[in-house]
Amino acid sequence: MAARVLVGVKRVIDYAVKIRVKPDNTGVVTDGVKHSMNPFCEIAVEEAVRLKEKKLVKEVVAVSCGPQQVQETIRTALAMGADRGIHVEVSGKDYDTLGPLQVSKILAALAKKEEASLVILGKQGTFASEVTIDGDKIKVIREIDGGLETIKINMPAVVTADLRLNTPRYATLPNIMKAKKKKIASVKPGELGVDLTSRLEVLRVEEPAQRQAGVKVETVEDLVGKLKEAGRI
Amino acid sequence: MLKAVNKTNLRTLSGLIQRFQSTLVVAEHNNGTLTPITLNAITAASKLGSDVSCLVAGTECTKVAEELSKVKGLKKILVAQHDAYKGALPEDLTPLILATQKQFNFTHICAGASAFGKNLLPRVAAKLDVAPISDIIEIKSADTFVRTIYAGNALSTVKCNEKIKVFTVRGTSFEAAAKEGGSAASEQVSPAPPAGISEWLEQSLTKSDRPELTSAKVVVSGGRGLKSGENFKLLYDLADKLNAAVGASRAAVDAGYVPNDLQVGQTGKIVAPTIVAINKDPEAPIFQVADYGLVADLFKAVPEMTEALKK
Repeated sequence: MAARVLVGVKRVIDYAVKIRVKPDNTGVVTDGVKHSMNPFCEIAVEEAVRLKEKKLVKEVVAVSCGPQQVQETIRTALAMGADRGIHVEVSGKDYDTLGPLQVSKILAALAKKEEASLVILGKQGTFASEVTIDGDKIKVIREIDGGLETIKINMPAVVTADLRLNTPRYATLPNIMKAKKKKIASVKPGELGVDLTSRLEVLRVEEPAQRQAGVKVETVEDLVGKLKEAGRI
Repeated sequence: MLKAVNKTNLRTLSGLIQRFQSTLVVAEHNNGTLTPITLNAITAASKLGSDVSCLVAGTECTKVAEELSKVKGLKKILVAQHDAYKGALPEDLTPLILATQKQFNFTHICAGASAFGKNLLPRVAAKLDVAPISDIIEIKSADTFVRTIYAGNALSTVKCNEKIKVFTVRGTSFEAAAKEGGSAASEQVSPAPPAGISEWLEQSLTKSDRPELTSAKVVVSGGRGLKSGENFKLLYDLADKLNAAVGASRAAVDAGYVPNDLQVGQTGKIVAPTIVAINKDPEAPIFQVADYGLVADLFKAVPEMTEALKK
């Protein structure tokens, strides 16, 4: 049985919130804005918990990188069924410039340290829509542009969730209470030997050009006429 | 010292820098034809101002290399043919790309931001210990790119100070490179041995005679209002008359009306067509962004449109 699954969970601006760009164009407004677990991370946690329920893995560890507040996100993962959490402390300027390169180094170091055979992440990188463990290999069905593809990979492996991997459960109240007793360990990136220096600089953040409303037509004939005129059909 | 940095010197200097830069585009293909998004990636690469080469790795590269030799703007085509590249898995392609970069000293590596590119280039970047930049929509200079963030609700202009820039290109943001007028020569590169950690088993592609969704000029897309998979036939009929691809909103896909690979939008395929909206609700938000809007019942208007196009 694969020992341990690591699941990355990210605290992000809630998907239903309207994104606002800061007036000085240095970024997006995050102060006072509602944050939650990235919906794709919920799918990743769900998948990990299901693997545990199927007795294919022994332990699910939820990891998040960021300031103190990310502990809330880890608690949500614990309430969904993760066994324990790890909070990688990153704050201030380091947090602003924290990108995939740095996070992947942190997760790799943790996966080695925790001897995780599988890391599940919620982001459309590899688009897994079905995951099964077959002995010491993992069989994954991926969503590709024209349909589906099946691959078999060795462990340790990294799998990222497609939308259709599963439907995440709601944390029930008893599980939320149980989650309060589960442990969240804190660790600093330096302790993992990871350098957070970023060689990417965000020069400017702005709103996209607004798409303007077009022409209203009265009848289908009108529509076809205008489209032909514009050379669209 | 400041006096020495005049306009001519700057031009010479930037010319020198450009000569030492060059870009590798990793071609996406199916061992028979080139996937259209590669042509958009080639255009993006050409905006960097220096030489562009293309890498074709696969089990059957001849036809694809030939297609590429006609594409305008390519300096060299690098071909690596080996059975190990069945399935084009990142674990096997990455060592090849790294070896190729080392041999030719590419300063930029890119591919289309498709399922293929998004799966492959991050691994390449990680092995090079550089931060990849995904899904760029604009190139401001050889080191500055624009990409969308927060599901397209904001644009971020990013300067990359990595020695090697690795990025994926949003196909709909760049024109396809011309398929005639090119004269690039092909060169074989030694395929790296298989990595042996992942195995490609099979593929099941939805068969269709229709244009491919991400490169179609016209897309007929349906949402929840269609109410069933059967009703999508109305759209397929209209699409046939328009030689269009058919897409669907996430709501329609989630409801099971159509297969997943029809989904367009932020978590589906990015398309950038002219938007014509047909909706019986005059307050529907789509009318705020549609190029043409018709307030009507789709179950009447769509067949009417199909008929009108028959003339």
